[in-house]
Amino acid sequence: MSTEFIIALIKANIVLGVLLTNTILLIWFERKLVAGMQSRVGPDRAGPFGILQTVADAIKLMLKEQILPLKADRAMYLLAPIVALVPSFLIFMIIPLGPNLNIEFGGENYIVEFVGADLNVGVLYFLALSSIAVYSVVLAGWSSGSKYPLLGGVRASAQMISYEAAMGLALVPVILYSGSLSLVDIVDSQSGNLSSSIPILNSIVSFIPKWNVFPQFVAFGIFFIAAVAEVNRAPFDLVEAEQELVGGFHTEYSGFRFAMFFLAEYINMFNMCAITATFFLGGWLGPTFENFLPPFLSSIMPIIWLGVKTFSLLFIFVWIRATLPRLRYDQLMELGWKRLIPASLVWLILSAVVLGLREFGLPWS
Amino acid sequence: MFELLIFFLPASILIIGALIVVFAKNPVHNAMGLVMTLVSLAIIYITLNATFVAMVQMLVYAGAVMTLFLFVIMMIGVDKKEQTSDSIKGQTFLVSGVFLILISLLGYVAVNSEFSWNLWFPAVEYVVEGTPQLIAGTLFTTWIFPFEIISILLIVATAAAIALAYDLKIRNKDA
Repeated sequence: MSTEFIIALIKANIVLGVLLTNTILLIWFERKLVAGMQSRVGPDRAGPFGILQTVADAIKLMLKEQILPLKADRAMYLLAPIVALVPSFLIFMIIPLGPNLNIEFGGENYIVEFVGADLNVGVLYFLALSSIAVYSVVLAGWSSGSKYPLLGGVRASAQMISYEAAMGLALVPVILYSGSLSLVDIVDSQSGNLSSSIPILNSIVSFIPKWNVFPQFVAFGIFFIAAVAEVNRAPFDLVEAEQELVGGFHTEYSGFRFAMFFLAEYINMFNMCAITATFFLGGWLGPTFENFLPPFLSSIMPIIWLGVKTFSLLFIFVWIRATLPRLRYDQLMELGWKRLIPASLVWLILSAVVLGLREFGLPWS
Repeated sequence: MFELLIFFLPASILIIGALIVVFAKNPVHNAMGLVMTLVSLAIIYITLNATFVAMVQMLVYAGAVMTLFLFVIMMIGVDKKEQTSDSIKGQTFLVSGVFLILISLLGYVAVNSEFSWNLWFPAVEYVVEGTPQLIAGTLFTTWIFPFEIISILLIVATAAAIALAYDLKIRNKDA
């Protein structure tokens, strides 16, 4: 048992706790927001403002009977919810929550990294794990031994593969600008303000932070649309379209196994928004108010900034859900393959050319 | 001790997955066995510091290729059991013969090279970082020509597949 192992264990436990508590908050946030947009009250019985409603629902689901369908493929049916949940926890491990912190404890100086693991292949890790998540939907749909879940599973595999391509391609210009695959370096590369070689322009843009969203606004749009499709949220929720497929891939699941799918969906949604904030909105960067606040408060300001950015994006997720109707299946495929992927390819080439000109100058000069 | 555990856990899962691929009767189980093998192989790559290769393994093989496999299996006959009888006469005999020859060859080489158990985990003094920068540096300088040739090959294969599948005559009759 080395110290590193113990630190990793503590971090894993913190991630588990944060994500579970956060999901409770997030489901309440969504239900209240959608209720407000549809002129309803929403949950208001359990706890103040109904904030404990999700806890009550979770307890209810845990106590319910877990049904195993007669025609189900037993091993795969039991495996699918686990495959859904594990990648969603693993993705959160690479999101940097703040700068390194020096802590003096017992006369010794410790450096605490506010990130689960700083991988030099962080972006690939994120894409790899989100592609593993496809299996849960496909397996759940297939193993239930029923036709509605199977249709949901087939739709899901096609949808998630298509939008993963667009998502990956939209990230490449960001990697080009940051020059690294590590999420910590990508956040670091966004610190400071924009600058321009033209003096008049420089005086205007020097107030804007150097977040990737400003030079890479097209990539941001493509990534965000693909992210909504990747976590199967409305208007891309064909996987679980109630009017056509009952409950989609998790029709046959009940009790705690259903809760696991539900939990995975919300954790994935939160992860996607936190990743988007990290790639495009500067992650934890923001004013820490060191002069006004006590040192403890100013040291947790980065986490608060990341939370504010993430929840603003989550607000947009919920807003989209409450506003837009669901796409038809062929429209979904057309948007993915004929609009998003060509657009991201063109944008990738444009950014590469601009970056090349800035680095090396004109090829004939 | 810890290193041993980190090696043997994925290694045993890898072998179990490979056995599932060979022996399971249901095509979906076979595919999932292959996914198990690929993911544990990726974990072994990570322990060897080849993080980039590990991630590409997960992304390309476990993520894209196997999902397409699963998609095809699910679309074509979900309920069909795999054919268990020999399609070639003496198939089992031939395969086991080749297997025995390979195993004995491996054993012969192992014995001849003075194989010893303590060679399994030699103390590593140097660390090879499988960073993306390192791989990109080699790939786009020394191996740039084969790299580009492969990309042309892929484009040709894709175009050929589309040309074969997209029959123009039938298309025109419908329109």
